[in-house]
Amino acid sequence: MPSLGATFGRGAATTTQWDLANADCVVIMGSNMAENHPIAFRFVLQAKEHNHATIIHADPRFTRTTALADIYAPIRAGSDIAFLGGLINYILENDRWFKDYVLNYTNISTIIEGEFKDASQLDGYFSGWEADKLDYATDSWQYEGLDVPATIAEHYSHESSGPEQREQKKAKMAQGPVPRDPTLQNPNCVYQILRRQYAQYTPEVVERVTGCPRETFLKVAQTICDNSGPDKTTAWCYAVGWTHHTTGVQMIRAAAIIQTLLGNIGRPGGGIMALRGHSSIQGSTDVPTLYNMLPGYLTQPSARKPHGSLQEYLKFEAPDTGWWHNFPKYVVSMLRAWYGDTVDPAGDWNYGFIPKIIGDHSQLPMMLAIRDGTIRGLLLIGQNPVVGGHNTHMIRKALPNLEWMVIREIFENETASYWYRSPEVQARELRPEDIKTEIFLMPASMPGEKEGTFTNTHRLVQWHDKVVEGPGDCRSDSWFFFHLGRRLKELYADSKDPKDQPIQALTWDYPTSGPTQEPSAEAILREINGYTWPAREQIADFKDLKDDGTTACGVWIYTGVYPKNDHNQARSRKADPPDGPGTHLGWAFAWPSNRRIMYNRASADPSGKPWSERKKYMYWDPQGGPEKKGAWVGPDQPDFSTEKSPDYEPDFSKGPQMGMDALDGKSPFIMSADGKAWLFAPSGLKDGPLPTHYEPVESPVQNPMYKRQDSPVAKKWERPDNPYHAVGDPNYPYVITTYRLTEHHSGGIPTRMVPSTAELQPEAFAELSHELAFELGVQNLDWVVVSTARGEVEAKALVTERMRPLTIDGKRVHQVGMPWHFGWEGYATGDVVNTLSSIVGDPNTTIHEGKAFTCNVRKGRLDRGDTGVGRVERGEGN
Amino acid sequence: MSAPVFPAAVPRRAVELGSETVLGGMFRDEAELTADVHVAPGTKFGFFTDTTLCIGCKACEVACKEWNVLPADNIGLTGNSYDNTGALSATTWRHVAFVEQVGGATTMQAFQSNWLMMSDVCKHCARAGCLEACPTGALFRTEYGTVVVQQDICNGCGYCVPACPFGVVELGIEDGHAHKCTLCYDRLKGGLEPACAKSCPTNSIQFAPLDELHERARDRVADLHSRGVESAYLYGVEGQDGSPGSTGGIGDLHAFFLLTDRPEVYNLPSRPTLPSRRVFPGLVRGLATMAGVALAAAVLFRAD
Repeated sequence: MPSLGATFGRGAATTTQWDLANADCVVIMGSNMAENHPIAFRFVLQAKEHNHATIIHADPRFTRTTALADIYAPIRAGSDIAFLGGLINYILENDRWFKDYVLNYTNISTIIEGEFKDASQLDGYFSGWEADKLDYATDSWQYEGLDVPATIAEHYSHESSGPEQREQKKAKMAQGPVPRDPTLQNPNCVYQILRRQYAQYTPEVVERVTGCPRETFLKVAQTICDNSGPDKTTAWCYAVGWTHHTTGVQMIRAAAIIQTLLGNIGRPGGGIMALRGHSSIQGSTDVPTLYNMLPGYLTQPSARKPHGSLQEYLKFEAPDTGWWHNFPKYVVSMLRAWYGDTVDPAGDWNYGFIPKIIGDHSQLPMMLAIRDGTIRGLLLIGQNPVVGGHNTHMIRKALPNLEWMVIREIFENETASYWYRSPEVQARELRPEDIKTEIFLMPASMPGEKEGTFTNTHRLVQWHDKVVEGPGDCRSDSWFFFHLGRRLKELYADSKDPKDQPIQALTWDYPTSGPTQEPSAEAILREINGYTWPAREQIADFKDLKDDGTTACGVWIYTGVYPKNDHNQARSRKADPPDGPGTHLGWAFAWPSNRRIMYNRASADPSGKPWSERKKYMYWDPQGGPEKKGAWVGPDQPDFSTEKSPDYEPDFSKGPQMGMDALDGKSPFIMSADGKAWLFAPSGLKDGPLPTHYEPVESPVQNPMYKRQDSPVAKKWERPDNPYHAVGDPNYPYVITTYRLTEHHSGGIPTRMVPSTAELQPEAFAELSHELAFELGVQNLDWVVVSTARGEVEAKALVTERMRPLTIDGKRVHQVGMPWHFGWEGYATGDVVNTLSSIVGDPNTTIHEGKAFTCNVRKGRLDRGDTGVGRVERGEGN
Repeated sequence: MSAPVFPAAVPRRAVELGSETVLGGMFRDEAELTADVHVAPGTKFGFFTDTTLCIGCKACEVACKEWNVLPADNIGLTGNSYDNTGALSATTWRHVAFVEQVGGATTMQAFQSNWLMMSDVCKHCARAGCLEACPTGALFRTEYGTVVVQQDICNGCGYCVPACPFGVVELGIEDGHAHKCTLCYDRLKGGLEPACAKSCPTNSIQFAPLDELHERARDRVADLHSRGVESAYLYGVEGQDGSPGSTGGIGDLHAFFLLTDRPEVYNLPSRPTLPSRRVFPGLVRGLATMAGVALAAAVLFRAD
């Protein structure tokens, strides 16, 4: 989550689910929370019950979440930044921002380079645009005279200045305070830039771009402002309704700016709740399955950066100021954990064994690389790309290029059976006899059949025990990878080839037990937590990690999850009583350091006192601490140096102040190089320091706000097998948004195969408004064909007033909604909706744009021919 | 004042017991952990289904089918909003109704509105029509005040089916016996909260002793009224004659509901009555008619 990382310092939800119960207002946008996070939603209802909180839902569709809301703001899919920019404009122009908080805890007064130009000045571009590279040089986005490292894994973006000049500017961060104008009069201070950038986001423009009536927009604006301040807090919840856009990162950034201006970060009942879908998707970015990160958000070495040796890598990536100054300790401890005694502390610590990336290796381009024959083997673990990928007709045509494919699943999924049951086989576009891929379908264990942890949406790592043996040959994922690694090590044990050294050097000594030789999940968790080397005594806090090789740690942010040799904190289940404090510190472990609300230094005012009695949380006790010299106290773990006084000022006259010494006692955002929340992000994001409204790559309208139509840096792969629709293409006049239902899980494998969930949403459908259905002559339950340049699908129409047409820039725009869970396997079936979507991505994350693209709809069914090949009996219920 | 009040996410008993005992399986009854309820015979238990908290997730339907090993019904899209199980049946003992009343709404009343969702279930009536009609004694009143069909005694006569004012009981296609919600009789015996209530993420379905539920429900209605949700009322609580939720001769429904629209909107009968209560008036009416006809005839013939 680079957006939250770039703004606050860590790419994760700033708060906990249960703290939502303390909010005075909850805004849900980019999320259908009640349907997709029903258990987290109970805390929203608790806020409603206990605090009379107002619940706001902004969404293209009236959903089960909307049914429980007080205010519904209907918006066109993909127009979120126009709406959020309108809120920023409202807060600034009506002077509703929380001055004491913002002036002290954010970069609002910081002065930006004089050459900086915002999107309002350059008609949708920022300064630094290099049209030949299709990329921004970020020199002009920097703090005046400085070079500011980002707080996220990729600390630096592309710049045009030379390395030496850059080194000098970078070193200056530790040599003195960043340039600020507390009067906010400097035309290049962040406050003035924000006002300029968002001046045109008036309520009238919001209505014109999003379709949301301006009275409704203003009601939302007033409600969030009235419910923020010293005595009140507003919480925001978002999910993949924001991330699945080419501007997704900037949508979240916009919410982060609003929450910062209103002073809602780091405080009870406030924050931004990044609702994560799968049961451990947070864990899969912490201990990452992402190609561009090492565990704990450490930068993956890149062949395109000065990462040639460990020293170069550390020098380039480690900032001088803020918490990330500790970066080398985490890298070295990780290398010790991976390679044990084979590392050479005098040398490179086996850094050279880590593969270096050469470009974008994420899922979307991966599928194109398979199509092009670049990738020849594929391991799929709980993935069903034939249903859940994008432009899936292209994917089904690409997969036969593989030599082998391994699928670990609990049922045979569509990716495992596409070669004999897909629509392409029916249509004779694919012939099973021509597909040479060797496909291995390996039965996987369900959670109850193995022990391990889930990391939930609020960074809470919870252990679960094994309950039953899995049937037959079902094995856990850790079993699979442990024994795969073990066999590879045996295979290469005697090799003299240097390329086999990384496998030979790998520490792979997890104890196993039982007839299947299941590796110990606790041993893996111990290594993730970290221990001393070579004694292997568990470490309780990442402050104790070293860069001299005396500690080994798999994932530094998880240190504390297994703090003692005999104590697994993830397994602890001590809840607080009903009368509080309600942080439940004894219930499992939340990274970092078991903190529940991050940046909680901001819950106290600059002098360290609570902002109000009602919102009291962490505060400075001048008599606190073991030696009564003062400490931060309260019901949570302080997210600050525990004994750093609010009055502390770095003394730059003594020379450079490194790490935490450079941050004053009023800097709650310790991961940032300047300790402040970034209203303006000088680095870390590829599409600009401030969110700007761009149309989705496929849109029925011209961008009403700027000459620039869509994000100039959106990742596009336009080619014959992945075509895009032109703006306003009359062949594809409707906006389509795809989504999930409560009743099914993502690619549908755990739910479509189970009768009691399959019957609840038994078939694919397309939701149409009454108005669109009337125009098309379609009645409820009629078959319709939905088409794009990528492909066509058929589904039954669900005609409903929950969908409504909107007026955008004077033009009536219809929206179509389709859940994308379905495929041909299981009891609940339907065409694969992601046949319609394209491969196009956010510039920062390469996440697709499944939430907003264009399509056509016609009454009728597809003629698939009557070959009968692979035809699956479909549930024709009525 | 101390730190902000954090509403309880965990029942009191669970806190007292702490982690060691929970993981060690030392607690007495699971219902004490999950619902703060001690399940004991001799107490009337029931469900309070508060529709204003329902998010239509259907976890209750799934939990019910999984626990009671009930098969799926008809696999097919009904086109009736998000309701694809249609109605309570021999194999669907919890059913969530969906009623769309969206209009062009942007400002809405507190809690659920404009898209109504209601998890329906057997009412376990204080005077149960099914139980009165059952000739074999297969239907009986349990020690928890609930009404259960004993499958080994039921002979499939089907008298209970029309005797239920709510259309709850149905004969199974495969065995011909009457089937309906047991209020998880087997789970109560083991000290477990009923599956649907346990799985409900928003506490829309609450399980507790009936008198406790009544108190909670009345407080909830008063609270909703104070927030401007004046349409809130209880369906199936005795002593409120004249309200749309009154149940005439049936008495309390052990599974009762908080609704915000007329009962018919949720497919519940308004002022339901027991068939047995209609026998005597019907008999009197019949006799009166006969007497009248006889009298008229006598008068007519005498006039001849």
